[in-house]
This record gives sequence, C-alpha cells and structure tokens, in this order.
Amino acid sequence: MVTDCDAVVVGSGPGGSTAAHALTRAGWDVIVLEKGRNHLLALEPPFGPLGHMSNDELKFTRRHVLGPDPILEPRSFRRDGADGERIHVGDVNNLPSTVGGGGVHADGKLPRFREDDFALRSSLGPVEGADVVDWPIAYADLEPYYAEAERLVGVAGEETNPFAAWRSGPFPMPPGADMFGATLSAPAAERLGLHPYRAPTGANSVPYDGRPACVNCGFCGYYGCPVEAKGDPVALLRAALRTGRCRIVPESLVVGVTRTPDGRTATGVRYLDLSAGPAAGDPPVRELRSRVVVLAGGAFETPRLLLRDGLGNSSDQVGRNLMVHFQTLTVGAFPFRVFGASRGRSVTHVHDDHIVGDDAQRAAARAAGLPWIRGGLVEHGGAAGPVQEALIYGPGRHHPDAMRDSSLRERLWVFTMQGEDLARPENRIDLDPTLRDVWGGPAGRMTWSPHRHELAASAHVGPILEAVLFEAGVEWAVTSTSPPLGEDAAAHPMGLAPASRHIVGTARMGARAEHSVVDPECRLWDCPNVVVCDSSVFCTSTGYGPTLTLIALAARTAALLTGEPLSAADPGSGPR
Amino acid sequence: MDDTTTPPSAPHLDDAQRRTLVALFDALLPPAPAGDDPAPAGDDPAPAVPGAGTAGGDRYVEQLLGAFDHDPPRIWAGGPTSGRHGGIDGFGDFLELSGWEALAWRRRIEGWAEAYRTGLTQLGEDFASLDESGRLERIERLDPGFRDLAFEHACESLYGDPVYGGNRDGSAWAAIDFRGDTAPTGWTDDEVTNPHGPGGPTW
Ligand SMILES: Cc1cc2nc3c(=O)[nH]c(=O)nc-3n(C[C@H](O)[C@H](O)[C@H](O)COP(=O)(O)OP(=O)(O)OC[C@H]3O[C@@H](n4cnc5c(N)ncnc54)[C@H](O)[C@@H]3O)c2cc1C
Ligand code: SF4
Repeated sequence: MVTDCDAVVVGSGPGGSTAAHALTRAGWDVIVLEKGRNHLLALEPPFGPLGHMSNDELKFTRRHVLGPDPILEPRSFRRDGADGERIHVGDVNNLPSTVGGGGVHADGKLPRFREDDFALRSSLGPVEGADVVDWPIAYADLEPYYAEAERLVGVAGEETNPFAAWRSGPFPMPPGADMFGATLSAPAAERLGLHPYRAPTGANSVPYDGRPACVNCGFCGYYGCPVEAKGDPVALLRAALRTGRCRIVPESLVVGVTRTPDGRTATGVRYLDLSAGPAAGDPPVRELRSRVVVLAGGAFETPRLLLRDGLGNSSDQVGRNLMVHFQTLTVGAFPFRVFGASRGRSVTHVHDDHIVGDDAQRAAARAAGLPWIRGGLVEHGGAAGPVQEALIYGPGRHHPDAMRDSSLRERLWVFTMQGEDLARPENRIDLDPTLRDVWGGPAGRMTWSPHRHELAASAHVGPILEAVLFEAGVEWAVTSTSPPLGEDAAAHPMGLAPASRHIVGTARMGARAEHSVVDPECRLWDCPNVVVCDSSVFCTSTGYGPTLTLIALAARTAALLTGEPLSAADPGSGPR
Repeated sequence: MDDTTTPPSAPHLDDAQRRTLVALFDALLPPAPAGDDPAPAGDDPAPAVPGAGTAGGDRYVEQLLGAFDHDPPRIWAGGPTSGRHGGIDGFGDFLELSGWEALAWRRRIEGWAEAYRTGLTQLGEDFASLDESGRLERIERLDPGFRDLAFEHACESLYGDPVYGGNRDGSAWAAIDFRGDTAPTGWTDDEVTNPHGPGGPTW
C-alpha cells in the first residue's frame, strides 16, 4: 500500500504529542491532525512561540479562545436514563480543542500513580455496583516511561511524599516557590497528622530544555503560559517537529478510520478540512493513508469517533466505564489576603492521605456498607480571577465592598480533592440521538452519576479538610462537591455536570477482548494497527490527575510499536 | 493603562441606549466611594470603586456588538504581554478567528444585539433619570435571561482587561488591589511565598 506517512496521529494533546515525539524519534514519518486552531507554536523552523498566550481572564475563561466553541461543537449531559435524552447542552467537561489540547491550559500537577492503583481489584477487592478491575500492566512496566515523561515535559518536584511509589531517579528539577496560602495550609495539615508535599508540576522552576523558569504570573490553571514555562505539550511537539519527520495540520477533524474490506486493518483516516471555512459550504473531505493510526482525541472524543465510525466495539465496551474525578471542594477565607488568585502556579502543595486511608476511613467505609473507600489527591490552591469572583456575588449595593474585601478570591484558600471514581458500565459516552455538531456529525453525550463509594469518601473527607482549614486560621470554611448534591443541586453555579477535567476509561485496556476495547499494548482488539494514546485506556481513575500517566502510557505504546521498548528499572535502583 | 478602543465605525447603540446601558450597569455593579471599609492595604483608605457603566460598560458592549467592524474582530486580545510590566504591547493586536469561529461569534453576537435592543427598550428611555429604587424596580421586571446577560457583561467589563473597552484605565483593578496581567515580570519567589513581608499579614 502506498502511504502518506507511517502514522497518522488524531489529536495533538499530551497523548498525541507524546506519540508523535516517540514515533518521529524512532525514524517514523508522522502527520498529526488536530481539529482545533494553532495558538501554541510556529509550525515552521525554529518552531518558536506564537505569542498568543497571555494573562487575560476574558479571553481564556469567558471567550473560548482555545476552543471548542459550544455553538460549533455542543455536547450533552444527563445523569442517567431517568433524565430523558439529556438535561444540558453546551460545554460538558470540555478540554481545549487546540494544538496542544488540554495540556496548554492545565496547571500541570503531574503525579505518578501508586503501585496498588494498577491492582485495585486484587489489593482491595470488588465493590457491589461497580466494575473494579486490575490493569493488565503493573507500575513496574510503566516506571521507565514515567521517568521519561518527567524528563521530556520537565517536572519540578521533590521526593518527600511518604506514600509515593518507588522511582528510578530524581525529579529533573527542584520544586518552584511555595504559594503563601500553602505555607499556612501545609503545616496545618501536618499538625493534624496528614503528609502534604510540594506537588510535582510540569512548570519549570529553573530554565530547562531551552525554556525559561516560571515567573509565578498567577494566571496558571485555565491559561496558556505567556513565557512557555509549562512543558506539556509544547516540549514534545517542538521536539517532534525538529526531527523534520512531523507535520501538524490544525483545523482537521477526523471523522473516520478507513479500513481494508474485512475491517481488520486500518488504512488511514478520513477528515474534514475545516480551514476552508463556512464560505466554501460543507468542509472538504480528505483522506490520508498510513500504516498505523494513533487515536489521541481524549477520553470524550476518542469514543465518540469510534462509535460514529462503528470501530472497535465488538465488546460493546466503547464509551463505557467513563470515570471523572468526583471533586470535594472545601474552601475557607483567611482574615487577610493569601494572594492565591493572583500569584504563583494555582496549586503548589498536595496530600495523598485520603487515597491511602487510615482506621477512621476504614470505619467510614464500614458505616456506609462498603468494603473500602478511597478519596483522592487534595490540591492546596488559590481561587479564580476577579471576573469569576464578581459573578459569584450577584448584583447589588454589596458588590463593590465584597470585591474589595475579596473573601472569595484573595482571602480564599481552596482544597480540591480529586476523588477516585469507580467504573460503572452505565456511566458512559455515547452519541446523542439528535444533537449534531455544526458539520452534521452526532454530538457526544455524557451519562454519569456517582456511585455510593464516591459519596461516602467525600462525606468522610470533607470535615477533615474543613478542620485543616480552621487549623490554618480561616474565619469560615464550607464544603461542596462537583457535581453538586442535594435538593439545590440544579441551582449550583458549577452546573449539574461534573466540573472535573480528568476524564478516563472509555476505551478500557484489558487482557481479554470481551471485556475491553484495547489490549495491554493499547491496540484495538478489533483492528490492531489502531492504537489509543489517551486516558480512554485507563482501567481505574485513581485519585490522581491522569496526564503524566497517559503520557507515560503513550510513550510505552509508541515504543512497543517501533520495537524499541525501554527496559524496566529495578525497584531497588533509585530513591524511594 | 491602554485605551485601544477607537470610536466604532457604526455605533451599535444609539445615544439613548448608551445612557440606559450605563445606568443599568451602574445599578448592577454600583460604585462605592473611597474610604469605605474594608481598606485593602494597610492604613490607606480603600480607593473608590467605579460603577460598571461609568467605567466604560457602554464601550465594552459597543466593542462586543461591533467586534466584526474591525479586522481582526475584537474578540480575543493578542499577547503575550500588555507592555504594562515589560515585554511588548501585544494586547491591542487582536487575534484572527477562523471562518468557523467567526460564524459562531457572529451568531452569538447577533443574539446579544437582539437581547440588548429588546432589554434596553423594556427598561424605558427614562431609565437613566430614575432614582435607585425606580431603577431596581424596572430591573426586577426585566426578562431574567437579559438580566443575567447584562450582569455577566457588567462583570466582564468592569473586571476584565481594559483592552476590551471597560475597566477604564484599570480603575476597577486598582480599587480591588489587583495588578491584572503581570507577565513577563510576574512575581518574585519572595513575593509569592512572603507577600506580607517580615511583619506578617495585616490585611
Ligand atoms: C484547568 C485544567 C487544569 C488541569 N490540570 C491538570 C493537572 O493538574 N493534572 C493533570 O493530570 N491533568 C490536568 N488537567 C487535565 C489535562 O488537561 C488532561 O488530562 C489532558 O489534556 C488529556 O490529554 P489528552 O491528550 O488525552 O487529550 P486532550 O488534551 O483533550 O487532547 C485531545 C486533542 O485532540 C483533538 N481531537 C479530538 N478529537 C479529534 C478529532 N476527531 N480529530 C482531530 N482532533 C481531535 C482535540 O481538539 C484536542 O486538542 C487539567 C485540565 C484543565 C482544564
Ligand atoms: S504561573 Fe508560571 S507556569 Fe503558570 S502560566 Fe504563569 S509563568 Fe507560566
């Protein structure tokens, strides 16, 4: 077969960038198709920054500069079938649709998973009403790729977390400056027996890889970095481009994977060329031929593509077992400003204790009638910008004094627990029966509601986090969740859909074809020259952000494809 | 502070509508005089907070409704810096939209233009001359959809970057002691970790 390239990569987020980097380094010719615009880097040498990223609250948080625009690409949401076809249309867990994907605006807390995260079923056992499984790979299989991911992205961190898995080497950079609020909340957490540590973060604390150190600009989570201190994914894309074997084509929406007549081998992709714009009528349909297709559209868009294309779903597992983090948000206001909303990297400290658990947590599980509960990583961080704050107060005479007082911005300190969400087949991405994107394609629909496990874990941890905030010196503290619970849920300003942007599990990896979508090397069981390089393949959500793990997995998948796997490190070889 | 808002080539709001809009935004996000409690910094009196209308709310809405009178449209300010803290003055160089993005924004703006036409008419031409309670009564009777839209735009105009037409001269940021954009200088490590200095927090 004559091909246009060795591999077409669908999507240029952290997963697609990693695949493009690893494949081109091994000598493959790669074309990356990205449906969004390019605001990140010049696509011609020397591949410098475009200068579009800035400290601008309106552009990034109110005006969809990084896409997707929900008018063009609506999604729908429902909690379960009782909600009917949908209860919300618009933005549902949207990650940026742009060259670089969600990595562009994430604040990049990049922890590794722990060893038992890969063996949840064997270490803790089943939970009724959930599909708790082991991964078909172990932490040791992924460790060399974690180390590689940290080096490529540039992760700043320190080895003080007592619960961390073993590592074969140190972090590439020391941690950056502590945010003031964390200098209050972290010692308070320690006094209450918890173990906070400086968060591993994909932002340079010192000049690294030709990019400058972070300047603590204060516009980190939800913003592109104006000085390029964030490494994910720009470092990977630039390195891929520099090989001369990578081409990135923005505004290219992949709508199908072309296959041989028996459907068992992919021959390339079909995509809509959006660069022509609406004046040209329907977007031109183009095709590229390749030996391998890499799907990296993210855990919402990858199952959507597979379902609309009728690919990879012989097990009826595509889109199922969707997991998001069930967020517990405990906030409190200090009597003075902590500047969490305006200085630093949004979050500088975290703690893992509620993942590991203790006697009280085990008792809480028993009381809830569950064999075990696991919370998630708790991020110690600041609030949002002044426009967001202004919206919360509502109109009226109180407004100017509330803004000057700033109890919900500069005095606010926020604990966000990224609570582990157990897989359930009925939580899923599928195709909305009638909603369409502007190009006529079926919109993706999320059906998701929490299991009792998530509710019990949140109810147990919320009061602990409030106690820590009071110990740190706040005047008041309050806990809520996303998605919201209770009778007033419908009026919650964050909406009924989960706000978490950590989306995983919709094309699950497994050792058996009938129970999964991809094999342990992330190849579609039904069409093995299609690999999935995003967090769709996760078997459990864990309580950690997914991005470092999906990068490590994508690096491993690419290395297995090119026949150049990294050798596993010895657990005894590096610092623990 | 930048003021890149040039007079629109084709005003989308006439004078009466602008007066009503300023009064509406000032009622939603009213001004507060200097010296009110709480003072944001130490012993200094709190600077006055401008009303969202008086601080340029009308210019904000005009610029939004007239975004496509400019090329590139005034939707997304440029970058990477404003020049206020070093670096280039790039905010005024608005970014290009793709054809599909422009389609979405034209639709969105058409909807808003219609909402303003109807909503401002509903408030009445005499709205700006009413006293506070009279204005609030009329606002109460507004279509809730328009009331929400106006509040969102009032917040965006007052506390967003001045390049979008509101927050005149950064006066709202000054009132709440917010520096706004900080790149490329940002904050030193010490300013992040010890923002109150050796004396510890006082405010
Ligand atoms: C504010 C914020 C903060 C975050 N912070 C953290 C954090 O601290 N730690 C962490 O681990 N995670 C964090 N995340 C989550 C992180 O951004 C995601 O986990 C990550 O971006 C997922 O990477 P991905 O490559 O799988 O998918 P994405 O980043 O979603 O990239 C997929 C890309 O593929 C493109 N695409 C999709 N479908 C198609 C198609 N059919 N054709 C062509 N292109 C397509 C999309 O446009 C997109 O650009 C954060 C997210 C947000 C929003
Ligand atoms: S805080 Fe640092 S890493 Fe984050 S956007 Fe600002 S300069 Fe970049």
